[in-house]
Amino acid sequence: MLHCENLEKRYMTVTAIKDMTLDIEKGKIYALLGPNGSGKSTFMKIVAGLTRPTKGLVTMDGKPLSVESKKKIAYMPTEAYFYNYMNCEDVGKYYADFFEDFSIERFHRLMEELELTHKDKVNKMSSGMTAKLKLAVTLARDAHLIMLDEPLNGIDIIARDTIINTVIKNARDDNSIIISSHLVDELEKIIDYAVFIKNGSVALCGEAEKLRDTHGRSIVELYKEIYTAGGTMAC
Amino acid sequence: MEFKANVPIYLQVIDDIKKKIVCGKIQLGDKLPSTRELAVAYRINPNTAVRIYNEMELLGICYTKRGLGTFVTEEIELYESMKKEMARFRIEEYVSEMKELGYDGSEMIIAVKEYLERG
Repeated sequence: MLHCENLEKRYMTVTAIKDMTLDIEKGKIYALLGPNGSGKSTFMKIVAGLTRPTKGLVTMDGKPLSVESKKKIAYMPTEAYFYNYMNCEDVGKYYADFFEDFSIERFHRLMEELELTHKDKVNKMSSGMTAKLKLAVTLARDAHLIMLDEPLNGIDIIARDTIINTVIKNARDDNSIIISSHLVDELEKIIDYAVFIKNGSVALCGEAEKLRDTHGRSIVELYKEIYTAGGTMAC
Repeated sequence: MEFKANVPIYLQVIDDIKKKIVCGKIQLGDKLPSTRELAVAYRINPNTAVRIYNEMELLGICYTKRGLGTFVTEEIELYESMKKEMARFRIEEYVSEMKELGYDGSEMIIAVKEYLERG
């Protein structure tokens, strides 16, 4: 579905991504793992078309990224960027204007699932509620590729459970979900593939169950090993 | 449910379902949740949930009625063998740990008898 080859992104003197090659298959959930500054968000921004790679190739269903591919890609950034004067319902309508595949019915169903009410004002919301609203507007689209940048950051464990359940319910055979996080243990059970990003490239990538099997360790333990020992393991 | 780090998740869920069948929380012939419901209930990947039912079907624990869902087998023999298998597993654990403590076979039996009599 999504194919990235030798991707590189430099910001002036900083190299955020270098020589990154990655394939995203249909119908699977991916965890993009790595500490802060490893290049996870930059990767998502490139795929979402918000920034251009310095070098390399990205294709979606065989075609280079374009306005057309953006229609099939839903991206949830880390920061909330809602207008303060809006309530949940306004945010839904605002999104419906932007995206052809946005379904108000689905948005309402997601709001109910996530315990949000129509009249909730954006500027009165807790960070947990804002995170849920971000998720609801992203999943209300019928996208082929869904990218969630740090959906669990700064969220209490109850809201985390709700968010994870909502992600599971919205995973289908015909869409792919990429979730970036450094909260590895929260994701371990719900993913098909784990992609470990280190210094802008893929340090280790594979099926979660196979990684556990071949390395005899949990994804959490692998994470610690990759990012503390300083060594890179073969794919 | 808490998962162990060193055992594949699908096997741990299958064990949990088997346990529920053996202790009667799930009855023979019962309809099992859909794969999506199973994924949410155990908070696991939906593809893992599909795999769980596939493996359980291969083991003969459940079967699929097209369009209706997945059901637990009605075969009592399978239930009995599952129960025996689970008991055996626990006995193995008990025996190996008691061996570590330096008990031999007859001492273990005495210890179990004493425990059952006095509580």
